[in-house]
Amino acid sequence: MPLLEVHGLCVNYGHIEAIRDISFTVEQGTITTLIGANGAGKTTTLKTISGLRTVRAGTIIFDGKDITNLPPYERVKLGLSQSPEGRGVFPGMTVRENLDMGAFVRKDTKTPAYQEDLERVYALFPRLEERAKQVAGTMSGGEQQMVAMGRALMARPKLVLLDEPSMGLAPKLIAQIFSIIDEIKAQGTTVLLVEQNAAQALKRADSAHILETGEIVRSGTGTELAADGSVKAAYLGGDV
Amino acid sequence: MRRSTKRYLRQGGLYAVLAAVVIFLAVSVDWGNVHRNFWTPGLGDNWHDLILTGVKNTAIYTVISFALGLALALLLALMKLSDVLVYRWIATVYIELFRGLPALITILFMAFAVPIAFQWHAPGGTAGAGVIGLVMVAGAYMAETLRAGLQAVPKGQTEAARSLGMSPVATHVHVIIPQAFRIIIPPLTNEFVLLIKDTSLLSIVGAAVGQRELTNVSRDFLSSGSTAGTGTSLAQAALLYLIITLPLTRLVAWLEKRQQRAR
Repeated sequence: MPLLEVHGLCVNYGHIEAIRDISFTVEQGTITTLIGANGAGKTTTLKTISGLRTVRAGTIIFDGKDITNLPPYERVKLGLSQSPEGRGVFPGMTVRENLDMGAFVRKDTKTPAYQEDLERVYALFPRLEERAKQVAGTMSGGEQQMVAMGRALMARPKLVLLDEPSMGLAPKLIAQIFSIIDEIKAQGTTVLLVEQNAAQALKRADSAHILETGEIVRSGTGTELAADGSVKAAYLGGDV
Repeated sequence: MRRSTKRYLRQGGLYAVLAAVVIFLAVSVDWGNVHRNFWTPGLGDNWHDLILTGVKNTAIYTVISFALGLALALLLALMKLSDVLVYRWIATVYIELFRGLPALITILFMAFAVPIAFQWHAPGGTAGAGVIGLVMVAGAYMAETLRAGLQAVPKGQTEAARSLGMSPVATHVHVIIPQAFRIIIPPLTNEFVLLIKDTSLLSIVGAAVGQRELTNVSRDFLSSGSTAGTGTSLAQAALLYLIITLPLTRLVAWLEKRQQRAR
């Protein structure tokens, strides 16, 4: 059984259809990626899965449960958390306070389970342990991205939604972020990744979907799509 | 004529006008009269009451009105941003009503009309009732400031908090309201200064001797004590108000500058 099933999802902004009849599945323990141009509906799809957008039609099944109409915090409790686009760290809080907000639904910052999660996040992002007391708003873009990802992992999710983690970062940092994504998968957390950096995303994706103007136009494994001529031309900047 | 020469002439003209006005005032004003009426000998007797009663009560009334007004304002601002249409209406009507009325009318209503109509005894007597009037007005003004602050927090912050599992209430308490307050500290400090000055309106409601604020105490000295019959006590009160408000307005300017740099 897939961890996440999306069936015929439609979301509107007013009268404008943001996404139209989107269906895909995310298997346990894999990396699934949604790629596409700006405005294709990638972020809307993620926000709908985490409950920030109202569904017009379609269903979302997570871990065997219909979550289509659950409020976001119920979804987090079920094991679904998101690292938002543009990072969305809480700028006035320290790194540590941001991470605590990620564990918000568990309300148990004193327990061993919390300590374990904190240590896991610090192991993934040693930088965050060094900077635990720094105010997040004063950090560099790459560090803020780490805070956002670490914060999402503090909810101990089964599925983590990563919205453009490489946006606006230097190439060296992008490589680092992607190797951390590999590590997250290796530790058993399923990843749904939205990216504009198609080359990096396809390289490690077990399955990939291409969005264009709100619809899925191609699906396949990451390597399949990376090798595909038209995908190369449109998203990877290569010659046909 | 060259442009620089023109500029020198124009500036010289302005200085000449200024010098003429200063000389005219210095010669024509009866300085002895000013001194007799606004800074008479014997003003030393007033300071004790002006500061220990007047300034003290002004400070108490300001702090109470600000604290309660801020709580009211937060409630109104959240209502104004509510999904529930009726809450938005109530908040809008309240804010427009009390911003549209002169503060003095509201204070008089609360101090005299409402207690008589409803046999109501406000805590602290007439002065307390007047303070409640001031709270109602301050709440309406600060509600608009708070609403602007709440709306200035980026939408992504709400979404980030929601997607981490916070309820709408928790999102406001932990994420939105703290950031909104940081944004509105300068305008809020400004409201505080306005409120210090507005407490002088309470002098109209007539309070027991120990409850009088600065303007009221200085009015008493217009007809009693060693400076009676002169404006000296008013000048003293004015000086005391400035000693309190000027540093605060400088603080507002500094806070605004710092915030602009942080952006």
